[in-house]
Amino acid sequence: MRFAVTKACGGGGKARAGALYVGGGGGGGAAVVETPSLLLSTRKGLPAFVSRDLLSTLPSPDSHLLHMLGLQEHILVAAASDSVESLPESEASNKLGASFETPSGRRLVKPSEYMQMITSMKPNLWASLADEVPAWVTEKRNRISVDRTLRWLDDCLAVDLEAGKNTLGAVVGGSNIDERKRCATEASLRNVAGFWIGGFGLGESMEERLALLNAVTDCLPEEKLRYVSRLSLPEEVLQGVAAGIDLFDSTYIYHLTLGGFALVFPLDIVERDNWDSRTDIEGADCTKINLRATIYRKDTSPIVDRCGCFTCQNHTRAYINHLLNVHEMLAQILLEIHNTHHYLGFFRLMREAIKGGKFELFRQRFIKRRRAFLTAEAPCSL
Amino acid sequence: MALRFEVVGRFNRARAAQLTLPHFVCQTPLFMPVGTQGTIKGLTNNQLEEIGCQIILGNTYHLALRPGADLIDEFGGLHKFMNWKRALLTDSGGFQMVSLLHLADITEKGVTFQSPVDGKPMLLTPEESIQIQNKIGADIIMALDDVVKTTITGPRIEEAMYRTLRWMDRCIAAHQKPDTQNLFGIVQGGLDPVLRDICVRGLVERNLPGYAIGGLAGGEDKDSFWRVVAQCTAALPEDKPRYVMGVGYPLDIVVCSALGADMYDCVYPTRTARFGSALIPEGVLKLKNRAMANDERPIDPTCPCMVCKTYTRAYLHCLVTKDAMGSQLLSYHNLSYMMKLSRDLHTSIVEGRFPEFVRGFLRTQFPKGDVPEWVCNAMEVAGIDISSCCASFSPSH
Repeated sequence: MRFAVTKACGGGGKARAGALYVGGGGGGGAAVVETPSLLLSTRKGLPAFVSRDLLSTLPSPDSHLLHMLGLQEHILVAAASDSVESLPESEASNKLGASFETPSGRRLVKPSEYMQMITSMKPNLWASLADEVPAWVTEKRNRISVDRTLRWLDDCLAVDLEAGKNTLGAVVGGSNIDERKRCATEASLRNVAGFWIGGFGLGESMEERLALLNAVTDCLPEEKLRYVSRLSLPEEVLQGVAAGIDLFDSTYIYHLTLGGFALVFPLDIVERDNWDSRTDIEGADCTKINLRATIYRKDTSPIVDRCGCFTCQNHTRAYINHLLNVHEMLAQILLEIHNTHHYLGFFRLMREAIKGGKFELFRQRFIKRRRAFLTAEAPCSL
Repeated sequence: MALRFEVVGRFNRARAAQLTLPHFVCQTPLFMPVGTQGTIKGLTNNQLEEIGCQIILGNTYHLALRPGADLIDEFGGLHKFMNWKRALLTDSGGFQMVSLLHLADITEKGVTFQSPVDGKPMLLTPEESIQIQNKIGADIIMALDDVVKTTITGPRIEEAMYRTLRWMDRCIAAHQKPDTQNLFGIVQGGLDPVLRDICVRGLVERNLPGYAIGGLAGGEDKDSFWRVVAQCTAALPEDKPRYVMGVGYPLDIVVCSALGADMYDCVYPTRTARFGSALIPEGVLKLKNRAMANDERPIDPTCPCMVCKTYTRAYLHCLVTKDAMGSQLLSYHNLSYMMKLSRDLHTSIVEGRFPEFVRGFLRTQFPKGDVPEWVCNAMEVAGIDISSCCASFSPSH
């Protein structure tokens, strides 16, 4: 695994574009994935609804980064917690291991067991076991979580056959800036390929988070990969990129899909150079549409005009509306394909903005546009 | 008539044919997956095309409720609405009479349902059924028939058979698009050969593009089942397609094809997939079974489908019945299997090796030679020698 920063955004910003190169072991071709990038969430090895043959209709190699188990020509990144089904249960974690609430009950996972799973799964990248705690725990508990996480990082590395070459050292620290810095600094001393930043999305606010993210990235070596979990919404991802994060995993697509939502926000903001605040508010587009709404019953247009995804090339809003109404599985398949395609497009936009030295401008515009939509009248979303 | 039916191969009663429909040229014998509500559960159109699906079935009753016949009509038909480029068949809505009987009241006028969506009464007349099917626009549409369960006895069966013929005339009169949609008649008459014969003759008189054998696959014993199929296929015209509705299990399809039937439909392959069962040449593989947890073979090593080429039984074991993906993958495999079975039937007849195919099929399904007696009897009538597949009859048999 090799990672290199290819473009720093400059102008005081910390956003960076990079390239993640994963060697092609086992016959798969080596791929270069540009960062910032999105890991597609999987459950038991495959996306929730998009099967292997349909996965190939998504842009590549963008869609080849998979969180958890996966497919031969794809890149697997493993982390201990799954944001949908296996959430960390900090009250049950103890000095022996981290506890998770899973569909089959609460499970305590010790570093040795975790490493057993990692050695048999052989992911391309993996995060060390962390003791994640929510934002409201006591200072003492938070401190203990950092101690444990660092100890477990060493435990994992001790039995790692690759001596840390594919390891992402876990960084926690809750909502305490000092603890975050301590954890990041300590983790940097270990011989790891990059860092997995956990403990977010467990109760802290977006306002707090930016300072915490920056505190962490300030203490991490520039040239190594940074991956953060559980930052879902575009705004949160933008925050992460601004703080210098390279990889994200998100449950946004999954939850949108289950709810019958399809992403429609425009993917052409950077191009609109003569941008005027007035026209922008007038033309404020929806972020997403709820295809269950009756206004789509006879809508013969695709979800997004000129979208190149399988769903938009083949089906109409009306058809998906019908599928949702009659509770047919095909609805979720089509929605997950489109939403994934669209969100990957968003990541591509961010990368382009960074490479063009315009990331901060892109971020401001994007957020402003979303807020404008919220304050304006909008008939298209329920 | 909007179809052409050309027999391209034979073995005794079995035939392989080319069925040219407005949207697609099909090879028979063929199996039609059921896409009740305008979709096959869990599969995309391109996946269906990939596995060789030629015709899919839509259900008039469900589609008329949601999204509604008028909406589909506005869209230019079900083909456009679902973006399915090959052939479609819609049934009349009549089967729901049998399956939802507690909600239905049958009179000469038609069938009154209580709509399960909003409780309002819904009257399905032959005219109404054909009108809806005209709007949906499928290549083949079915006449509204008075279906009775084969487990029922008594005068009701005779009443239903005669009514089916009367309704047939009303359907023909109501049909607005005979140039683009083929109206098939359905032979009823329960398990009574006399009634079946009257019905066949009545329908043949009306010179329809194709004929279906209805009222079966509903719980009757297999011995009665094959005899009715055999009687009907013997009496129906040679040069028109014969569709056995609601069939079914691969074994049943092989037998019916040997007896001279061409088309089949059933929810079985997709439904059983959602319960974790995979169709294999040997029969059925229950992936939920504990033994599958460590089985690293594909579902079927001889199957060329995407699922068998990629996943092991062990992996599927942890998905089935728990994750949507499990249903999808298994449905994909099961329908692949059915499409392959259809192709094998067609090709083996065309290539003059149909009996060998049947024997191979039976040997794989019944390795101990315990071929059911009804199959043996049916094959005898079909003129196919399967003695090498059957263990000799012993007194304990």
